[in-house]
Amino acid sequence: MGNYFQPEIETMPRDELRAQQLESLKWSVRHAYDNVALYRQRFDEAGVSPDDITSLEDISKLPFCVKQDMRDAYPFGMFALPKEEVARIHASSGTTGQATVVGHSRRDLDNWGDCFARGIAMVGGSAASTIQVSYGYGLFTGGLGAHDGGEAMGCTVIPTSSGNTKRQVQMLRDCGTDILACTPSYALLIADTAIEMGYDPARDFAISGGIFGAEPCSENMRQEIADKLGIQYCDVYGLSEIMGPGVAMECVERGGLHIAEDQFYCEIIDPDTGEVLPEGEWGELVITTLTRECSPMIRYRTRDVTRIVSDECACGRTHRKIDRLRGRTDDMLIIRGVNVFPSQIEQVITGFPEIASQYQIVLTRKGALDAVELQVETEPDFQIDTVRVLEDLKRRLQAELKGNLQVNVDVKIVEPKTIERSMGKAKRVIDLRETE
Amino acid sequence: MISQLTVFLQNEKGHLSRAVSALADAEINMHALYVADTKDFGVARIFCETPEKAASLLTDAGFRAAVTPVIAVRIPDEPGGLARLLRFCDEGDMNIEYAYCFAVKDNSAVDVLKIEGDDSERKLLDAGFHIVTPEEIDAL
Repeated sequence: MGNYFQPEIETMPRDELRAQQLESLKWSVRHAYDNVALYRQRFDEAGVSPDDITSLEDISKLPFCVKQDMRDAYPFGMFALPKEEVARIHASSGTTGQATVVGHSRRDLDNWGDCFARGIAMVGGSAASTIQVSYGYGLFTGGLGAHDGGEAMGCTVIPTSSGNTKRQVQMLRDCGTDILACTPSYALLIADTAIEMGYDPARDFAISGGIFGAEPCSENMRQEIADKLGIQYCDVYGLSEIMGPGVAMECVERGGLHIAEDQFYCEIIDPDTGEVLPEGEWGELVITTLTRECSPMIRYRTRDVTRIVSDECACGRTHRKIDRLRGRTDDMLIIRGVNVFPSQIEQVITGFPEIASQYQIVLTRKGALDAVELQVETEPDFQIDTVRVLEDLKRRLQAELKGNLQVNVDVKIVEPKTIERSMGKAKRVIDLRETE
Repeated sequence: MISQLTVFLQNEKGHLSRAVSALADAEINMHALYVADTKDFGVARIFCETPEKAASLLTDAGFRAAVTPVIAVRIPDEPGGLARLLRFCDEGDMNIEYAYCFAVKDNSAVDVLKIEGDDSERKLLDAGFHIVTPEEIDAL
């Protein structure tokens, strides 16, 4: 027997689980229809009613919702609860102009804590464990999501948030932290900082588990983190629109992340046709919340590309898994855990008359961190004879990008025609980061 | 003022060679070439015949090339020649962006200066310095 947080749920026989999912789905669809105008309108237009859900497969009759719907409904248009029942609000970064706000009832937060706590059990944690949360706290769901998970488990929670890496190392050591939760790149930075400070965290520190997510991480990097810290690595999936970290988490057996299927119903669709794909095929992940009270999401298109793994897992959990993400269906870039759209970069460039409109973004991985190089050309009439002037232009553009994107961008001025001109949709992004 | 050919180059293998080859193919002779380089780019400042023609030729060939007005001063090729010129600039509060020099056949040197402000050439002339004219360049 493994170490479970909610064994009766996590190891529930599949037919029982599916029966429970159907009951929850009926409730969730009805709840959304009755309380959110958008769903009522969409369902009516599509000629479907909550009563048409008589099996899990019937979900394919329902229309999708997308991130834009949430932007349009900003801030509270998709809330199914009156304000007095909303316990907390989280928001995603307003990368394309408008932030999206998600509300949580008290019960939603409790469920979320449970989801994350299951991951804590997956890395061997218990009420006796100390968990250090080095995700950023705030509107971002990482910090508080992991925090609530730690509290649900009954752990000692150290809310270090991100930053001040030497102090992170000090806390890891002095407090005997068992489990670290943060982004993979930050985990590696913490490990490297500890090593620089003269420690061997794998040997000297008590830490035995890590729960890392919110940005892509290559297999090599993952191994490096696990080795340097001497831990079991748990990959966590989540998105603020649905909940936050804990939608799916990876057990010791690996081979995918167990979806919290009592709380979420997952489908894989063909992103072009919207058709549901047979189990095991790669496509876009679509999630329906089964229990969420404040912000129910019905068939939310995540844009994340993965597949469902339904093989029996040796850990004893019966919940199916999603495979490691292959990427995004749209062009959003995730750089050091921050969402960046090429359109944002374009917007910054337009503010610089000295810079030509062609540009190219090259993403690489330098050590543990994503590196972004922006290649630009100067306009023909911009004076090029003085190094100082060119360097100054570079510096100003870099500062502006940092301010807008919250990500460091290395600007490189290149010769004309270095940047490929293509017909139609230009190839603006070259992603050389290792994804597998 | 005379015209300097300026070429922006990425600091990568073969880029300077390509630019210079393009000039060679057009049979444009260079008197001097100076490269200011940084980690990822360089600026080639070239003293050559027909700089306007060279710049448009390079631009057509896909280079970022331009003609930059600079001041060229002819001084005796002897110790202290350049020092006198720069001391004058310093005392006259003329800020030099960049400078380079090359010796020419008749025992003199040409100092090329990029100076902030417009009236520097006038000041140098008034002080008796020999300012090189475009005609002289062609005769070098």
